[in-house]
Amino acid sequence: MYSRSYQRLVTLPPLLWVTIFLLLPYVFLFCFSFWQVRSQNVVHEWTLTNYFELIRSPVYVDVLLRSARIAISVMLLALALGIPLAYFLSMCARAKNVLYLLVIVPLWVSYLVRAYAWKTILGSTGIFNTLLQYFGIVHQPVELLLYSPFAVILTLTHIYTPFVFLPVYASMEQIPKSLIEASRDLGASSVRTFWTIVFPLSLPGIVAGATFALVLSLGDFIAPLLIGGPSGVMISNIVVSLFGAAYNWPLGSAISFCMLLLVVALVAGAERLEKRFRYGRI
Amino acid sequence: MPGSLLAVRNVNKRFGATTVLDDVSLDIEESEFLTILGESGSGKTTLLRVIAGFERAESGEVVMRGERIDSFPPNKRKLNTVFQHYALFPHLSVFENVAYGLRAKRVPAADVQSRVTEVLTQIKMADFAKRRPAQLSGGQQQRVALARALVNRPALLLLDEPLSALDASLRVHMQLELKSLQRDTGITFVFVTHDQEEAMTLSDRMAVLRHGRIEQLDTPRNIYNLPRTAYIASFIGRANLLPAGAVTYAVKPESIRVVSPSSAATDGARRLSGTVRKTIFTGASELLEVDCGDGLLLNVRVPGGSGHGSAVMLEIPPDKLVPVQ
Repeated sequence: MYSRSYQRLVTLPPLLWVTIFLLLPYVFLFCFSFWQVRSQNVVHEWTLTNYFELIRSPVYVDVLLRSARIAISVMLLALALGIPLAYFLSMCARAKNVLYLLVIVPLWVSYLVRAYAWKTILGSTGIFNTLLQYFGIVHQPVELLLYSPFAVILTLTHIYTPFVFLPVYASMEQIPKSLIEASRDLGASSVRTFWTIVFPLSLPGIVAGATFALVLSLGDFIAPLLIGGPSGVMISNIVVSLFGAAYNWPLGSAISFCMLLLVVALVAGAERLEKRFRYGRI
Repeated sequence: MPGSLLAVRNVNKRFGATTVLDDVSLDIEESEFLTILGESGSGKTTLLRVIAGFERAESGEVVMRGERIDSFPPNKRKLNTVFQHYALFPHLSVFENVAYGLRAKRVPAADVQSRVTEVLTQIKMADFAKRRPAQLSGGQQQRVALARALVNRPALLLLDEPLSALDASLRVHMQLELKSLQRDTGITFVFVTHDQEEAMTLSDRMAVLRHGRIEQLDTPRNIYNLPRTAYIASFIGRANLLPAGAVTYAVKPESIRVVSPSSAATDGARRLSGTVRKTIFTGASELLEVDCGDGLLLNVRVPGGSGHGSAVMLEIPPDKLVPVQ
């Protein structure tokens, strides 16, 4: 056992760190969101104007809705890829470690490199268009591929699928093999076994993975910046420009704070859901 | 073979370089209680898993009522398994656990309701239908695992050391219940265990497995009284092995008598004098370890509290010597 004073001493640095670099900025953000910009200066006048502006202006609502659509699509696609992949890896014992590594290695590659990779694949002189033209399927490069919400969804799905895969895989690995055998023994096919045993028992991992994909892609701004084009702008791009070129920190703060609340609500909801799907070990 | 429910023929199974099942053949009769007895690593669980379809044998056949089933997946075999650690589904209620097999076979909902309720009543678990497995004791989980298998009315029930996780008194109680359940339902039970007493209590016949081979398959009485090999003699009855030239004889601890040195020897009986090295008191009886010289140590069972001195005279009646391989 450690003494009380030692315990305090050890907890103090991380506590200070979190307060100075996380909580204080949030407080500043919160304050900023009630201030105003007048003739290129931030005026410390407390008002709700920024929040009214958010609701009134269709631009922000539209972009937020688009961001939500993109994030939900990414989440669904990442689930559709990550769950079968995790199931396959946890059930097929052969070459498990190699396959696992193949999923993990891309995580070590810089985000930017992966986003750029898609740029070269989808671009008008990219692999995809070249192939389509080579086989005579199209005669002009398909512009729709790049600089569109589609490109953003594709890239984000690629980037966030491992984040879904990992918790789902961890959940599935914890399911005793005897449960699968018991299900088969009782006459269930492998498909039925998946839906009645494997899926419900890996729900905690699925919820965690879905939350990762949803929250991370909702706040993403690099993928839309690189390959989104004007039609693929997401809410974080707006925030970036408000804090940068547009020099409207208060409005940017108001959007950020709304996003923060939304994300906290999502995570809290996910956590409750996860708890509900945890069953006692026998 | 007529009357045979399931036949295992010349089954071989290897895990890497180890041979787990070595040319195993076994006929299981209708409505019998057959025990597969063996120490850990003898291949008994693997044999059960081959029958259930969780493992595929490299060669050999598994035939059920005249039909080869060794290529069938587990869900296509008309048998059910009770797993060692029950393998109850943690996210389903007791009722849904028991109903699982019926729902998989698309039995109409009304029938599911009545059959599950019936079985739960039979095993005295009707009041626990809505509970989750984690809310049950070990013995209750055991009953649910049994009910989950029996509700499907299988022709054959495989039990993989189902009582090993229970404490001693509950285990004895469950043994009796299992036995009467088997008799009442007439379902063939194949029961895997490493506990020879459990095997003797329960079985109509027992197969003793060693190094992936069946050493003897017979009634418990015959295996106990007429062990075929030295291994079975010492494993089942703690028998003493007496080498006599080319033959080895097995003699049970309770077959050796302690006699007074001055008494007349019984006809043909062999007499040995020895020194008591150890006395193990087990209640009704005592087990003596007697050193008869020349490295011969004999286990002798005498009534409890006999109070022998250290020097004893032993007598082995000739009809109690069983020649073994």
